[in-house]
Amino acid sequence: MGAVEIARDVRAGARTARDVVEEHLAAIADREDELHAFNLVLADEARAAADDVDRRVAAGDDPGPLAGVPVALKDNLCTRGIPTTCSSRILEGWRPPYDATVVTRLREAGAVIVGKTNLDEFAMGSSTENSAFGPTRNPHDPTRVPGGSSGGSAAAVAAGFASLALGSDTGGSIRQPAALCGVVGVKPTYGLVSRYGLVAFASSLDQVGPLASTVADAALALEVLAGHDPADSTSIPRPAPSLVAGLDGGVEGLRVGILRELTDGIDADVAARLAEAAAALEAAGAKVDEASLPTVSLGLSAYYLIATAEASSNLARYDGVRYGLRVDGDDITAMYGSTRAAGFGPEVKRRIMLGTYALSAGYYDAYYGQAQRVRTLIIRDFEAAYAAYDLLLAPTSPSTAFALGAKTADPLAMYRVDVCTIPSNLAGHPAVSVPYGSGKDGMPVGVQLLAPALGEATMLRAAAVLERSAR
Amino acid sequence: MALISREDVAHVARLARLDVGEDELDRFAEQLGAVLEQAADVAALDTAGVPPTAHPFPLVNVLREDVPGASLDRDEVLAMAPAAEDGRFRVPRILGEAP
Repeated sequence: MGAVEIARDVRAGARTARDVVEEHLAAIADREDELHAFNLVLADEARAAADDVDRRVAAGDDPGPLAGVPVALKDNLCTRGIPTTCSSRILEGWRPPYDATVVTRLREAGAVIVGKTNLDEFAMGSSTENSAFGPTRNPHDPTRVPGGSSGGSAAAVAAGFASLALGSDTGGSIRQPAALCGVVGVKPTYGLVSRYGLVAFASSLDQVGPLASTVADAALALEVLAGHDPADSTSIPRPAPSLVAGLDGGVEGLRVGILRELTDGIDADVAARLAEAAAALEAAGAKVDEASLPTVSLGLSAYYLIATAEASSNLARYDGVRYGLRVDGDDITAMYGSTRAAGFGPEVKRRIMLGTYALSAGYYDAYYGQAQRVRTLIIRDFEAAYAAYDLLLAPTSPSTAFALGAKTADPLAMYRVDVCTIPSNLAGHPAVSVPYGSGKDGMPVGVQLLAPALGEATMLRAAAVLERSAR
Repeated sequence: MALISREDVAHVARLARLDVGEDELDRFAEQLGAVLEQAADVAALDTAGVPPTAHPFPLVNVLREDVPGASLDRDEVLAMAPAAEDGRFRVPRILGEAP
C-alpha cells in the first residue's frame, strides 16, 4: 500500500499505524536475510513511534501528512543515538549526537522510521557492492545488484520493507537504484532539501531525496522534506513548493526534448522503453522531439574529477581523533595513516587518491580547474536547452540491473554506469526516475525526466503521466 | 606511457594521510591511470575564457545573529571519541621526542 493511502487511512482512524508497521516488519522478517537491504532494523523503535501516532489520532490530534508511513533511511543520514555507519568500518558503532534535518521533518510529519539502509561505502559506488557489511541484492532477482549507492533504500521500497525511503544522490545514487529496482526516485534541485546531517561525500553535488512506489508518494514525501533550513547554508531560502495538488495536471502543451547524447550506447531494451515513454508523452499532448546538449558527453569525466576532489577534502575528517575507528601509531601522523588505511575500503581509498591527485600542485588546473570550467559549459548547454524545452527525457541507466560481481574488477566500467544521471548533479537541477516496463531479462527499466532548477512541480506532473501510461 | 607512476601514488598517499602497501602502489597506479586517461577529454578541452563553476548556484556567506544558542552536548560528543580526557579529545604525541 502506498504512502498516500496509509497516511489517509491512519489520519482518518481507518487503520492503525501499529498494524501498518507490523505488516512491514513481517515483510522484513520474511526476506531481509536474503536481500540485506538494512544495516540496522529499528523494530522496537518503529513500534513505539507507531503507537505514539495511534495515541495522537485517538486523542483527536493530526499526526501529520505522513502519519504512520513506514520510512527507511539511508545509513548516511544522522540519527541521534542510533548507529550511522555510511557502510564503513571507520564509522562502525558511531552514534551521532544529532538528527539530520530531514529525519526531524519526517518524525514531525508522523512518519515511522523502520531502519537504516545499506549503501556503497560513503555513497561511493553504483551497485551497493562497496559496502563494508556486504552487498544488497535486487528484490526482482537476488543474483543481481540493486544499483547504488542508495541500493538498500531502493530494495527496501521494492520489497515492501518500507513505504518510502530516503536516499542521497551525488551522481545518480537515488535515480539509478530506483530504476534498477523498479521504483520512483527523485533527486531534487540542489538546495531544496537540507543537507544538515547528511554525511558529506561531494558537497556541491549531494542532495537528499525520496524513493517511493508511486510518483504521488514521492511528491508527498518531497513536500515534507523540502524547504529552507537555517542549519544548511546552501539551503534555498524560499518556502517549500506545492507538488501534490497539481500532480494530475497532465502534459498538454509541454515541450519535451529527448536528450540525444544520453541515448548513445544504451541497451536496445532501454532504448525501446524510452521510445515508448516519448510516444506516451506525445499521446498525452506534449510536443516531443530530439534535443542536443553536446557538452553533456564530458559530464562523466568532469564528475569523477570534481566529486573525488570534494570527497578527498570531506573525508579528511576521518582521522581517528573525534569519532569512529582509531588505529594507534607512534605519533599523530602515523595514527592518521594507519587509521585511514584500516577504516576505508578500496573504492573510498581510490577516490580519495584520485581527488587528492586532481587537487595537488602541478595538476590542479589541468584536472580540477578544467572540470570546473566544463561544469560551466554543461550548465550553459542546459540553459540553452531549457529556452526551447520545459523538460528533457533520457534513460536513467544504460542497462537493467547487472549480476553481482560483473563490474567490481573494473572501476571505470562501474563509473560509466552513472553517465545518464551525472549531468543533473553538475547543473544542480532536479530529475526523477520513473519505472517504465522491463527488459528482455524481465528486469525493470527506468526513464528519467530532467527539469530546470525548481522545476519539480512540472517534472512530477509529467512523471505521473508516464506512470499511468506504463500500467 | 603511464599517466601516473608508483612514486606519484606514494606522494599522493602521503598527502592524503593514507598508508598504502607495496602491492597497492601498482594497483592504484594502474587504476588511477585509467581514470585519468578517460579524463583526457576534459583535460584537453580548450576552455579559454570560460569561468569555473565551484557550486551550482551563486552563494554568499550566510550569517546568523550573534546570540548564544543551543549547541551539541560536550559529554555526548566526547562519549563517541576514541579517547578523551578532561573534557577534551586525547591524541598521540604531536611534537618532539617521546618522553
